[in-house]
Amino acid sequence: MLKIRNLESGYGKLRVLKHISMHIKHGEIVAIIGANGAGKTTLLSTIAGLIKAQSGEIVFADRDLGTVTPHQLPHLGCVMVPEGRQVFAPLTVEENLILGGRCRARDGAAATASRLEHQYELFPVLRQRRHQYAGTLSGGEQQMLAMGRALMAQPSLIMLDEPSTGLAPLIVQEIFKVIAAMRDEGKTVLLVEQNAKAALTIADRGYVLETGKVILQGAATDLLANRDVQRAYLGREKIE
Amino acid sequence: MTLELFIQYLFAGITYGSIYAIVAIGFNIIYNTTGIINFAQGEFVMLGGMISISLLPVLGLPLAIVAAVVITMIFGALLEICFIRWLVNPGVLRMIIITIGLSILTREAALHIWGESIHSLPYFVGNEITSVTIAGARISPQVLWVVGACGCMVIILSIFFQTTSVGRDMRACAANRTAATLCGINTRNMVTLSFMLSAGIGALAGCVVSPITSTAYDNGTGLAIKGFTVAILGGLGNSMAAVGAGLLLGIIEAFSVHIIPLAFQDAIAISLLLLILFIRPHGLFGSRSAGLKEF
Repeated sequence: MLKIRNLESGYGKLRVLKHISMHIKHGEIVAIIGANGAGKTTLLSTIAGLIKAQSGEIVFADRDLGTVTPHQLPHLGCVMVPEGRQVFAPLTVEENLILGGRCRARDGAAATASRLEHQYELFPVLRQRRHQYAGTLSGGEQQMLAMGRALMAQPSLIMLDEPSTGLAPLIVQEIFKVIAAMRDEGKTVLLVEQNAKAALTIADRGYVLETGKVILQGAATDLLANRDVQRAYLGREKIE
Repeated sequence: MTLELFIQYLFAGITYGSIYAIVAIGFNIIYNTTGIINFAQGEFVMLGGMISISLLPVLGLPLAIVAAVVITMIFGALLEICFIRWLVNPGVLRMIIITIGLSILTREAALHIWGESIHSLPYFVGNEITSVTIAGARISPQVLWVVGACGCMVIILSIFFQTTSVGRDMRACAANRTAATLCGINTRNMVTLSFMLSAGIGALAGCVVSPITSTAYDNGTGLAIKGFTVAILGGLGNSMAAVGAGLLLGIIEAFSVHIIPLAFQDAIAISLLLLILFIRPHGLFGSRSAGLKEF
């Protein structure tokens, strides 16, 4: 579904990603883990087209994303939930959701209404707050809104950047439950997380990023069991 | 001060105030989508007046005004497409300097096209001495045209922003440009649209006020300063506050004539601008976090 070959990207002369290659198959959750500054967010931003790749190629659904402008991406079925939620604070919750679904607005008002209903079922708290300004929501609610907004576009691939940052453990659990539910609905998920344990627990496969390079990849269960991953990212050192 | 005089001043203040408000709303629309102050805003008002005056003999008054608004909107779009759109990651300051350059360019071009003389549209109803009497004060019907047109523009704009999907897209763009892009909004088109909207309302204001104030090639500068003062006074980016602030400045200016010489009238806006920048840089009605955050 998504193939990345020899991707190099960064800001100006600074190259953050060095020869990244990875692929994501239809219907799986792929986790990208790594420490601060490993290039996780840069990777997602490059896929989303917010940062232009310096070299290499990104192919999504048989289309080279090098020629696609970032605002066209949701129309192709790939949406990103950016780091730090980035909801439209002065707009209401419902307006935020409708904006997420604007790339599918051609389906008609009835389709939009049923999608809206679907998000409210997925995140009941958003229904209570539907006429409230998004900026007045708590961090967890804003994260749910950002995810609901992305799902309104009916994406086949959804990319989540650090959905658990700054949230209480209970809320994180809820968020990850929804992410797992997305896969069950047939969506493909690319999950970037610092919370490696939570991410690898729900993911099918994972990539470990360090200083802009993929240093490890494999099935999520293997990565969870990997000694180096445990030491570096799970904060656990087994003495045998 | 007699009641008649009071009302006379009040209406004069409201007339100028509504024009200031429209210029300030023009500033705000562009500020919201781009984060820049478009100092060519006053030139849109001047162009609206000038173009309608030139087209008047050919098209007649109503059509000349419509044509002037449309042409100014196209001009606004062209300015954005030619000078702003192609910039890659432009700094705010750089874009502002560009708009200052464009305003000078437009002014000089207008000087060559229309000359130094003062032009004006005829009064829409009656002539200079026609008046309606309101509570003993004699008000020109044109004043009602100005106030009515500006009021309608404010109402139509707020309906546009609150209820249409394009309006919602523009608000989203103003709230968070990255997120708007991620929702599939072409933010560059929204910027062009905001220039067109600002140009359009500026031009219409320029037309309705032309019979009262006349139009000269260098009208724009003064209006830009007044409009900027009002935008800051109300809180940058807040269009409804701009209406209140505009009326406030207009009324203060009008009543000042009673106390200090007319020549100092323009100094009031500037003093007010300085005062507000020192004391409340986020404006009278703005929140502390909003306003001037980009500078």
